[in-house]
Amino acid sequence: MEITELTVHELKEKLANKELTITEITKAYADRIEEKEKDIGAFVTILKEDAMKKAQEIEEKVKANEIKGDLSGIPIGIKDNICTKGIATTCSSKMLENFVSPYDATVMEKVNNENMINFGKLNMDEFAMGGSTEYSAFHVTKNPWNLNKVPGGSSGGVAAAVAAGMVPWALGSDTGGSIRQPASFCGVVGMKPTYGLVSRYGLVAFASSLDQIGPITKDVEDCAMLLNVITGHDEKDSTSENREKVDYTLSLKNDVKGMKIGIPKEFYGEGISEEVKQKLEEAIQKYKELGAEVEEFSLDIANYALATYYIIACAEASSNLGRFDGIRYGYRTPNYENLKDIYKNSRTEAFGNEVKRRIILGTYVLSSGYYDAYYKKAQQVRTLVQAKFDEAFSKYDVILTPTAPTTAFNIGEKKANPLEMYLADICTVSVNIAGLPGISIPCGLDKEGMPIGMQLIGQKFSEETLLNVAYTFEQAVKFRENYKPEFKNI
Amino acid sequence: MSREDYEIVIGLEVHAELSTKTKIFCSCPTEFGGEPNTHTCPVCMAMPGALPVLNEKVVEYAVKAGLATNCEIARNSKNDRKNYFYPDLPKSYQISQFDMPLCEKGYVEIEDENGEKKKIGITRIHIEEDAGKLNHNEFGGGSLVDLNRAGVPLIETVSEPDIRSSKEAENYLRKLKSIFEYIEVSDCKMQEGSFRADVNVSVRKKGASEFGTRTEMKNMSSFRSIVRAIEYEADRQIDVIEEGGKIEQETLRWDDVSGKTFSMRDKEDAQDYRYFPDPDLVAIKLSDEYIENIKNNLPELPESRKARYMSELGLSEKDSNLLTASKHLSNMFEKASAICKNHKLVSNWLLSDISRILNEKEIEADQIPFTAEQLAKMITLIEKGTISSAIAKKVVEELFENPKDPEEIIKEKGWIQISDEGAIKEVVQKIIQANPQSVADFKAGKDKAVGFLVGQAMKETKGKANPQMLNKMFIEELKK
Repeated sequence: MEITELTVHELKEKLANKELTITEITKAYADRIEEKEKDIGAFVTILKEDAMKKAQEIEEKVKANEIKGDLSGIPIGIKDNICTKGIATTCSSKMLENFVSPYDATVMEKVNNENMINFGKLNMDEFAMGGSTEYSAFHVTKNPWNLNKVPGGSSGGVAAAVAAGMVPWALGSDTGGSIRQPASFCGVVGMKPTYGLVSRYGLVAFASSLDQIGPITKDVEDCAMLLNVITGHDEKDSTSENREKVDYTLSLKNDVKGMKIGIPKEFYGEGISEEVKQKLEEAIQKYKELGAEVEEFSLDIANYALATYYIIACAEASSNLGRFDGIRYGYRTPNYENLKDIYKNSRTEAFGNEVKRRIILGTYVLSSGYYDAYYKKAQQVRTLVQAKFDEAFSKYDVILTPTAPTTAFNIGEKKANPLEMYLADICTVSVNIAGLPGISIPCGLDKEGMPIGMQLIGQKFSEETLLNVAYTFEQAVKFRENYKPEFKNI
Repeated sequence: MSREDYEIVIGLEVHAELSTKTKIFCSCPTEFGGEPNTHTCPVCMAMPGALPVLNEKVVEYAVKAGLATNCEIARNSKNDRKNYFYPDLPKSYQISQFDMPLCEKGYVEIEDENGEKKKIGITRIHIEEDAGKLNHNEFGGGSLVDLNRAGVPLIETVSEPDIRSSKEAENYLRKLKSIFEYIEVSDCKMQEGSFRADVNVSVRKKGASEFGTRTEMKNMSSFRSIVRAIEYEADRQIDVIEEGGKIEQETLRWDDVSGKTFSMRDKEDAQDYRYFPDPDLVAIKLSDEYIENIKNNLPELPESRKARYMSELGLSEKDSNLLTASKHLSNMFEKASAICKNHKLVSNWLLSDISRILNEKEIEADQIPFTAEQLAKMITLIEKGTISSAIAKKVVEELFENPKDPEEIIKEKGWIQISDEGAIKEVVQKIIQANPQSVADFKAGKDKAVGFLVGQAMKETKGKANPQMLNKMFIEELKK
């Protein structure tokens, strides 16, 4: 097998028994990026030279026993809304095109402490607002399974880079499905951890009460390994939980006997494609075969959750993006005569339409006279959604749903219709609204050969259960062994 | 109708910078001064991705302030974002508190116009962050932003509209300032802007039940300006009403030089701050035990110090009031008295000459340049007869200009009192010879003549002669 097709746990093993060296691995990835990036466009910033230099340094240090760490020399990619010291962090926006962060995000510090090698910053929808990565201000990212299709979003560059073998794994962020939906579209594994499990310090905020950093990987074991790296309390993030560290790889028991899996029928209704439904039915069947107890139930929140999500996310975004004012950093218009001009023209010229749409929506719902009808109401519904999930988890260990209503759509297909684009989040947003963990793993292909993802949702801090349930399915179905992207134009 | 037919209604919003070592949401120092943008980090510069973490000391200090002003302390509170664009506000929102402030429903007791006790209600005290500072380039070419002050913790104390005159407003502000100083939550340095007030003024006909429309003057940081501004603004409003006009609700700017207010912005462009709970911060929950603990450790407040001065030291109520009005004055009093053991004399000097000079210089007691030790030394020198009161007055002046050991001052200036009998006698004889008329007056029974002669002798010796000795010797000589 090609080096770039290996998972990280496989790379780690080959490094340990000296079948491979760090520089060999790094070189393989550099070559792969050289070969594939022109087709895919997953990166905003590529750090190939830096990576090679760092690989040599790390290799020497490992040889000299100066550093240990199982993950030393493992390549990684980082979504371009996670701050990296000395390296551009653009959020795929003209606003931050030339912004270089003066500090590392907490997750970046953790990645660097493991001596991993950052191969670059990955493309996304501008400020993580979108579901196709078409709203990047720089370029469109293509789906490795079919170059005419979107990779999903907003972490489209992340999922595409992992699926294309340009990095073995990467970090994304998920506010309403931005890790899980692109993972589903690109046939890889993506997890949004429980809100508060991973520090948000250094993640450029879109919606603070919903944002969470998480892994996109080739398989569930890698997901558990990367989760081990990035979790943990951070005193720089007040919303990060102070919990005892666990080793998530120990939770992969390959056994779901007696597990109770809930199937919320509302997630299999209108708007969900027949092919997606069918693959999910097969997955349900598989779990039954594996000894899990599967039961259908009603979780009538999906429609409310989507409305609630767009009100809360936009409200917070309208405030979070206020700091991009052309004063201290980022884009400043050359066209101004007074202060008001600087604000107005900088933001008009540097924000894309989708970002503007959400800022306007968010500003509106927070305005006096509308606050109670929208923002306050949304917060109340949010509490209800949480209560509905709590009720469900009194009966089930995990909940199984599709990750997205459809497989990856064509580039340009939905770009002009924001509402249709918003509907692509319908299966994922309620997880963020309730602060729960969710994981998407591939469960088959549609007739066009595009991957279909299924989502497992657990109660707060039940990542171990989720990972085990996902892992057991993965071991039984062996999606990765059976299918791989072909970089076709269909 | 005349001015006497109107009543002035004043409400004050006071911003006091808390004297915590670090900022409210990051660990940058709060220290005043420093090269621009040196006391900053990604958090207070609002770098993308940076997050606030609430400084627990800020909560503690605000609770202290609430307890010292008889407030109810909220067990559940939160931080909210106040959204608006301005270059000194790096996040484009200020983290403040909107509908759930830490402290509510308190009061402070002041003296009204007639010296009667009066309670001024405190609506709320909440915590928030200060903004940065804009340095306007005097040569043109725009303004520069200094974010050293951005994120310095503030408490905003909002009064009820209970204040009825500029004098009451001043008394209230002085009282609040002294309380904050006593409990050591703020250094209240007005000249550095760490204690400043937004002043709301309206007028109404006496006996009216509705308030008039108010105007607001923001960011005022001197008692004198506040008093003048209230007087001016009340007069202006009365004039407008008397001429049949209507008061517009607006924000005004007080100009100290012209002594007038100017319109800044009216209600039309009133901002919608779009307050909402800050999702980056968690709810503030305080236990009864936590609050009780702070309560039990509150330092002595001015009221109880005042009571102590009256009962233990036998000072008058008026003097006790004046001394305790400022913690700095009161501390200086206690320290100097402890050293020289003459609290009466220390009190007299602090409340007469020293207070007079503070007034003339328009500075506050915290800016007294000399130490309590130096003051005590001067009192001792008076008691020992080394210097006269007249010389002491000059010593005080000198202490303000050039603070150092008073003994050194009098040595350098040659101000040591003449208490040598021979030398005094010489002067007395000289003055008697030069003033035959006064001698005749004395002999004719006019005792006052002695005073004149003593005065002449003091003049002759440039104030250095011991006045008691002079007095005694003149009488002896004249009776001969």
